[in-house]
Amino acid sequence: MGAQLRVYKRRIRSVTATKKITKAMEMIAASRIVKAQRKVAASTPYAAELTRAVTAVATGSNTKHPLTTEVESPVRAAILLITSDRGLAGGYNSNAIKAAEQLTERLRGEGKEVDTYIVGRKGVAYYGFRERPVKDSWTGFTDEPSYADAKKIAGPLIEAIQQETADGGVDELHIVFTEFLSMLTQTPVDNRLLPLSLEKLEEGKEELAAKHEILPLFEFEPSAEDVLDALLPRYVESRIYNALLQSAASKHAATRRAMKSATDNAGELINTLSRLANAARQAEITQEISEIVGGAGALADATAGSDK
Amino acid sequence: MAAELHVELVAADRQVWSGEATLVVARTTSGDIGVMPGHQPLLGVLESGPVTIRTTDGGTVVAAVHGGFISFADNKLSLLAEIAELSDEIDVQRAERALERAQTEADRFAERRAEVRLRAAAAR
Repeated sequence: MGAQLRVYKRRIRSVTATKKITKAMEMIAASRIVKAQRKVAASTPYAAELTRAVTAVATGSNTKHPLTTEVESPVRAAILLITSDRGLAGGYNSNAIKAAEQLTERLRGEGKEVDTYIVGRKGVAYYGFRERPVKDSWTGFTDEPSYADAKKIAGPLIEAIQQETADGGVDELHIVFTEFLSMLTQTPVDNRLLPLSLEKLEEGKEELAAKHEILPLFEFEPSAEDVLDALLPRYVESRIYNALLQSAASKHAATRRAMKSATDNAGELINTLSRLANAARQAEITQEISEIVGGAGALADATAGSDK
Repeated sequence: MAAELHVELVAADRQVWSGEATLVVARTTSGDIGVMPGHQPLLGVLESGPVTIRTTDGGTVVAAVHGGFISFADNKLSLLAEIAELSDEIDVQRAERALERAQTEADRFAERRAEVRLRAAAAR
């Protein structure tokens, strides 16, 4: 076998092996999307009920709460960025990081200091490499987040927002995560969790009104303040939990897509290489034939010459 | 007046139980509260404790609920909990072990959680 042909054969073998791996990863990711989506769906009733309750308290009572009132001149904001622990997901992580960067720029432009909190090893690595300060980070659960993980993250954030700004507390809490819109579309979004934007609540109220569901006057047990005190941390936790779940689903979808195109590319590469290998083999055969023919011709010429 | 109310018992990661009931007893931070159909709209903070639901067909559902809220409006009652378990889902031996461990470690919250689990399991 010619050297050229051997090289092609070897490359085809290696690309075929890679293709098998990417195909397997694609299928694993596909099965995980379904699982992640189911988890998002399972957490929806809780989130919906909680949002309803928060809306009811925030609109139905006149209580002022640090978590619902906007500070007149906010000086510091916290950003929670959700990335994944592992790569091989196309632009998933870089898109989320880019969204966080944009938000940081915008907040800085508004004259606020920005504290960054990160979930996922990829985000931590990005900030670590650039030596940017990170307040806190969590890794190791981005593929299958549990409610306990969300609680773990929410703890320091709520603490930070309840602290006075002068003592290093924050006035606002933003969250950047990748929203799972469909199997094909996932977009990074930034949301302000706290203070609760009343416009959003108003929207929720209008929605309820549209459904002829008037929010009743609640009796609060033990009191509106206490209920709100207990309710808002849960609300933040539940929103973070939801963001983690959606991010996980998005990550699996992004992985699936990336692995699918890797598999397709490998297939294409194998086709091209097979063609080149065939051409090389053909060229080799042609050369051998022409060598034989040429050799035989030369021999015939030589014998014909000696006969005369 | 409607003689039944619709109950949704939801934990953070799943829906635990839903159905019609005639009476729901839960423990709020200021004491036990019983909700019957037609109760005034209510929003309360729950303590760790057992929740008893008397269903319309005469049965009783007991669940251990750890932290959360009760909200009632329009004859719809939602119990939101971070963790909620129905009494027949509770592993008594595990809860007992957890109780012992919590007692030796003097972890008040874990002890309370385990106690609530055992009480809910005993009530089935």
